[in-house]
Amino acid sequence: MSNLLDKRLLFVMGKGGVGRSTVAAALGLAAARRGRRTIVVEVSGQHRLAGAFGSDQGAVLDEREIAERLYAVTVDPEHATTEYLSLQVRPRAMGELLASTRMFQYFAAAAPGLAELVTIGKIWELAQLERRSRNASRYDLVVVDAPATGHGMAMIRTPKQFADIARVGPIAHQGRTIHSFVSDRRLTGVIAVALPQEMPVNETLLLRDELADAGLGIDRIIANGCYPQRFSARDVEALREAQANGHGPLARSALRAALSEQVRASEQRPQLRRLRDAFGEAPVRLPFLFAPELDRDRLDALSHQLGSVL
Amino acid sequence: MNVADVIAGKRIVICGGSGGVGKTTTSAAIAMGAAAAGRKVAVVTIDPAKRLANSLGLEELGNEPALVDPDLFAPAGVEMEGELWAMMLDPKRTFDDLIDRLAPNEKARDDVLDNRIYQELSNAVAGSQEFTAMAKLYELDRDHDFDLIVLDTPPSRNALDFLDAPDRLTQFFEGRALQVFLRPTGLAARVMGRGTGMVFGVLKRVTGIDLLEDLAVFFRSLSGMIDGFKERAQAVNKLLADRGTVFLLITSPEREPVDEAIFFWRKLKAARMPFGGVVVNRVHHDLLGNAEVGDVSDELAAELGDKLAGRVADNFRDYHVLARRDAHNIERLGEQLRDDRLLLVPYLDEDVHDIEGLARLDRYLFATEAQRRKLLDEVVA
Repeated sequence: MSNLLDKRLLFVMGKGGVGRSTVAAALGLAAARRGRRTIVVEVSGQHRLAGAFGSDQGAVLDEREIAERLYAVTVDPEHATTEYLSLQVRPRAMGELLASTRMFQYFAAAAPGLAELVTIGKIWELAQLERRSRNASRYDLVVVDAPATGHGMAMIRTPKQFADIARVGPIAHQGRTIHSFVSDRRLTGVIAVALPQEMPVNETLLLRDELADAGLGIDRIIANGCYPQRFSARDVEALREAQANGHGPLARSALRAALSEQVRASEQRPQLRRLRDAFGEAPVRLPFLFAPELDRDRLDALSHQLGSVL
Repeated sequence: MNVADVIAGKRIVICGGSGGVGKTTTSAAIAMGAAAAGRKVAVVTIDPAKRLANSLGLEELGNEPALVDPDLFAPAGVEMEGELWAMMLDPKRTFDDLIDRLAPNEKARDDVLDNRIYQELSNAVAGSQEFTAMAKLYELDRDHDFDLIVLDTPPSRNALDFLDAPDRLTQFFEGRALQVFLRPTGLAARVMGRGTGMVFGVLKRVTGIDLLEDLAVFFRSLSGMIDGFKERAQAVNKLLADRGTVFLLITSPEREPVDEAIFFWRKLKAARMPFGGVVVNRVHHDLLGNAEVGDVSDELAAELGDKLAGRVADNFRDYHVLARRDAHNIERLGEQLRDDRLLLVPYLDEDVHDIEGLARLDRYLFATEAQRRKLLDEVVA
């Protein structure tokens, strides 16, 4: 497990709200620090990465350097389709014209799964040592902040589905090429992010099964938002006693807050155990951040923490 | 704001918001609260937590609402005067049922259901899960006699997906787009202009001819149902804007869900959909006021010892970082919405996963402002 960051493509997957974007950014930083030229890919409709790096410009449609050796890009299906056509169809202007015709837009809107196919096609292309466009940069590692579980899986499954449906022709060929890259566990890794709560853990188990059906697997689980274990069972007794002894409102509030956190922390434990039992390995734990915002310093700290275990 | 007022006189409550903010739980709690008050209520959810589903007996359900056993409520301290019905939506099955209903004959139905493209990709069709939720909502409203239906919206990539779903599906089944596939050299080609021949030439090269042919077969078998789909989408749109419908936004007080709630609210406004308010779950209320955290460790040190008192103070300090963050985001939410219909639910100690938990949540959701303040005083002190 020591070489997850040595792969070429990493999908960061998980349920909505578990911190995929944060983990993807931290992984990107960790890889860049090791000297890997890394790009973090957001799939359209997220636009979360820029904020953490002090930019509020939202979507980054062109590959842009956001830290040393670390790049970011947002893959937008429409943009990626135009780009694909302009490179496939000669002359280039013809491809751009084609993408802008109404007829093509109808086709794109009507063809089921086309947006997912183009998106993962672009991700695959970013991970190639030989890029489509001659002056494009080469990346050692592509980290994908994948859409939430269901949509993320749809994206990963699409190339094979298209290959199976099309059977022959360029789409079938391309679908097979992408699928064989994505399902090659030497090249591609999957990191599942979960919170130690019931639903995110359920989804992680489901994700494992769905990935297995698609010929992939989870390489590592990250349990995000783990509470510290501040209070022992004996502490809890003492806190309860103190509560009964009558204090001022401030102390009562503080005691209550302490007991609340203890309950939440203890509810996390069985969920962490479920993850460990299901995968035969303890998940990587990231701490709950008692902070108003995830700023660059905290992101750096997380990336050091991840870098030391991956 | 109070949920009882928001849903008074309404037939449909749609709970929207980003993933992981307690949307399903809140939907179930609202439905249970309305049922307890005497109405016949159905809650439609997509993917409830297993323990919650179990506690409502949701597990054995098919794609139709079932009555939650009335005997389950009294032991949890809930006086149930109405009926609570619940269902878990099966999007694929709802889509199949819809095809079954809209197909002009059995052959057309089987052609679609057996089509490889339909089978492999019916889940990937743009917004199909969102659309099926809406289609189901429409049917429940039309075919049943519920006083109130509470819809927990699907966990979309984007909380707005389901609002657009009817239109997108209409677009998907747009006659003109399909015509091109059905008769690429016929009338449509002339209507679409000279570009079409070129487009098809290129598409053949880019996609491979087999795929195009399969798509054409798929669309041809769907063609008899296009009008039905369009009518359904229009009916759903009408239902969403109906005076009997109200949207509630559910969020947590963190930055991203709040951003999403603001975005969603704008979209509702633009689409002139009826907005009822925002439920903010898991709020860390300010327990400190102007006091200093250090004072707490001083007060408790004698009884707990320096170390433990210090840890209690550390925990309290951390809690307050979150309380200030929450207050800031909630203030931003109120400013952006220029609306004071925000209902704050404190961070409850335990996850809600049973009827008792829903009842705890209902104490806040259905309380008057004064009652809620009193409840909060209990939490705080």
